[in-house]
Parts: sequence; structure tokens; C-alpha cells
Amino acid sequence: MSPLTLDALVALIPDGSLVAIPPDNSLTPNALARAMVRAGKRDLRLVGVPISGFASEILIGAGCVSSIQTSAVTLGEAGMAPRFSAMLRAGKISVTDATCPAIHTMLQAAEKGVPFMPLRGILGSDILAHRPDWKVIDNPFADGGDPILLLPALSPDFALFHAVMADREGNVYVGRRHELGTIAHASRAALVTVETITDINLLEDERYSAGTISAAYVEAVAVAERGCWPSALLDQYPADPAHIAEYAKLARTEDGFRTWLDRYVYGTAAAQAAE
Amino acid sequence: MIRLEERMAAALARLIEDPTAPPARHIAVGAASPIPAAACWLVKKRGKPVRLSLLHKHSGNPLTAGTRELFDLTGQGRIDLFFLGGGQIDGQANINLIGTGAWPGLDARFPGSFGSAFMYFMTPRTILFREEHSARVFVPKVDIISAPGVSPPGVFRRGTAQALVTGKCVFRFDPARARFTLESVHPGETAESIRAATGFDYDQPAEVPTTPDPTDAELALLRGPVCDEMRETYPDFCRRVWGSGKEQAA
Repeated sequence: MSPLTLDALVALIPDGSLVAIPPDNSLTPNALARAMVRAGKRDLRLVGVPISGFASEILIGAGCVSSIQTSAVTLGEAGMAPRFSAMLRAGKISVTDATCPAIHTMLQAAEKGVPFMPLRGILGSDILAHRPDWKVIDNPFADGGDPILLLPALSPDFALFHAVMADREGNVYVGRRHELGTIAHASRAALVTVETITDINLLEDERYSAGTISAAYVEAVAVAERGCWPSALLDQYPADPAHIAEYAKLARTEDGFRTWLDRYVYGTAAAQAAE
Repeated sequence: MIRLEERMAAALARLIEDPTAPPARHIAVGAASPIPAAACWLVKKRGKPVRLSLLHKHSGNPLTAGTRELFDLTGQGRIDLFFLGGGQIDGQANINLIGTGAWPGLDARFPGSFGSAFMYFMTPRTILFREEHSARVFVPKVDIISAPGVSPPGVFRRGTAQALVTGKCVFRFDPARARFTLESVHPGETAESIRAATGFDYDQPAEVPTTPDPTDAELALLRGPVCDEMRETYPDFCRRVWGSGKEQAA
């Protein structure tokens, strides 16, 4: 598999796609999200696995998103995600609230190819009251009187994430973040940005194979150096809380958000700041 | 001078070690929970054999499948204690992390429920925690239930809230009556000041004790080894509460 350019990878995502995105501490594809903003994507349906952070916030702010299913949207220590809040209040996006293990479980069902999977808890939560697609049954293996929630399988069109490296076959290394495997397995295809391309075969090397997602699940790879910035990438580089704080301050207003976009998405400052 | 954060951490540590509560062998701490994290480290640093899974720590995080693994662990019953907060918490220990006003929080949107609707059921106990103690947070009835405080008979549930620790006091929770009782007030507070700042109804004893000060040994641990463990994950918190530290300049 030959790596694509970042723009060519972004071109594989049609408007309206259902895309799964991991949160800020788990290989979040921030360079990819900026490229999607530049490409003017529309009507994306986001799934936060299991919550949503910086990448989802900027896609929402830039008008790329029509709906989001997630268990929370947050900028961590920088607080609430301001454009998510504003767009929700303005009625420009719809939010489908979930709870973290429900998102994982719906993907785990898709990963197994079964139509649904049960999950404990959640009964009595208003989340359930607003999820007509979630159903409560009586546990058929008990003697009655054991209500349990069934969650439908969820199969996103694309898993989007940023990995440490890819090899020439298109296998991608995610280290200890095995939850990315579940997202990739459950999605129709993974589109992955990486720091580098390695000449070794990641699946043939026992030091890497356990932290590698097979190319069988990967449709395309593109190199995007410091692609998680301003979030952290495993042990490769730390987060940049100063940038996230700057964003949170600017994005309190639509004008401020546009300033941030001009500076870090459309301008050259993005590349410079990431270095 | 004893900082409020230190007082709350010590109060949480006493609740973690409460011999009448189910054992806390493996504790998980979620994102943005520096004071509960400090309490857990305090328990561990004074030699208690407890396993900590701190979700947002970059080093020393024992999970190799992130939160997916955490929730699977909890589903099996391998996590004994978790901490939850709330944008609103009511007198039946219902918590609201979604927002105020009409669904889905159109007046003031909070971040969302995270794993609360699962964790609250599946750990043998939960310690509720919220530093801001006001009638805006502690309401008669939450606008939206992210996770219910109690469940009807027949609903699988391993535990409920053990207590609620705030910036002003400690409440105990009785799941049989779905009701809080004021356990102690932090120095400077009175039974009357707590009543005035709390939107929900609760019980209180005739004489309300004062929350004990952290001991000198606890303060030494918090300001030394506990702070050292936390600085990576919560740099802003550590700087605010404990200063920049001696060898922490980098």
C-alpha cells in the first residue's frame, strides 16, 4: 500500500459519512481534522469513541458536522468545547447522548458481526429514555425479573485516527491503544495518518505485532507529522496545553474561532506551531 | 495553612479506607478528578495495598485497551470504587452531567455523561465529589438524569453512592431511604450555612461534627510524594495547590 497525500486521503471521505474519532488521549487525528476543514466537508456524522475532544470540536465549529453521537464533548483541563456548545444551542447540530461503555459495546457488536450486544447498568438513565434504538429485554438466561439493555451494532463508514507509523503493507502501529483495534474492526474502513513509514513489516516483528492493526482493516494511510498536535501521541510527544487554552479562549466567539482557523488551519502557522 | 483541596483529599481518603464499606482493592479515577486522585495516592502512599488505574496518566497507566478495557473490567466486578461528580446532584443522589433545561441541556450544556450511567451501577461503591457547594449544583431534582442514585428491586446493581464530599461538608448516603445525612462540616461552616447552600433536603444529627483536619503525616505525604505522582497528569492543579515544587522546574 503506497501512502497517499493527506489531501488525497481526505478526498476518500464523502460528505455525510459516519466517522468514528477517538478522544484526545488516544491517537486523535487532529491534522486530519484540520485537513477535513480545509476540504470543506459537510454533513459529517461523528461518533466519539467513547467521548469527543479537539478534533470533533473544530469540525463542528467549521460547519462540517450535522450530528454527533458521543458520551461527552470536552477540551479536558481547558474546559467545555465552546463551538460544540454554541452550535448545539443554535440548533445547527444534533447530539445523540450515549455513555462510554455503550459506544464501545455497540462497536464490539459490529466487530463480532452480531446485530446487538447486551450491557449492564444504564436502566433509569434519561439517556435510555432518549434512545429509541436501545431496547430493554428480560434476560432469557435468568428465571425472570432481570431487565437488561440491548445495544445495536454500530458500524461507522470510517475509523479516523493518527498512528505512530505504518509499514509498506499498510499495517499501522498504535502501541498500547488496543481500543483503536475495535474501532478499526467495527468500521467499514480505517483511514489513518502516521508520523512515518517504516521499512520493517510490523506484523512480522514480535516487538510490534501486538500493537499493530492489520492492513486488512486499513483503506489508506497518509503521513502527517505531529498529526496528533495539539494532543499527545503516546510516548512520542506530549500535549500542548497552551495551544488548547489559546483555542478555548478564542473559540468563545464565532469571530475568535475564525481567527483561530485563519491562523492554524488555513494559514501557515499550523505547520510552524506543530514543529 | 491547610488548603481546602488537602482537606477534601484527606476526607476522601478516610472514606476510601472506611472499614464498614466494601473493600477498595482496585480503584479507578476518571478524567479531570485531581482531588480524588490525590486521595487515592494518599491511601497508597501510606502503605495500603491498593491498585490504582488513573485513566489519564501517560506513564504507569496499566490499561492496554484504554477505556474499553476499563469498562470491561468494571462489568466483571474488578473495579471496587469510582468517583463521580455532577453539574447537578440531587437529594436522591441522581447525577446530571448532560445539562440544564430541556433535553439535551439546551439552557446550559455540560460535557456529557461519560461512563457514569454504567459505572454508578457496576462498582460496589461510588464516592460523589463536587467542590462547588451551591443551590445551583445541589438541587431538589436534577433536570436530566445521567445516572440514577438508586434503582428499583430487580435491576442489577452492585452499589450506590457511599458519600458526597463537597467544598463545605461531607454527606453520607443511605440507599435504602435514598437520602443524604450531613456527616461533618468543614471548618468555618455550620449546620445552618450548609442548609442555606444546599437545594435538596437531607437529615442531620443534633450535633454536627467538624471534618477533622488532615494530620501532619497526611499533609507531608500530600505535599511530597502525592504531588510528585500527580504533577504529570495535573500540572495546573499541582502548581495552584502546592506551588512549583523543588525539582519540578522541567
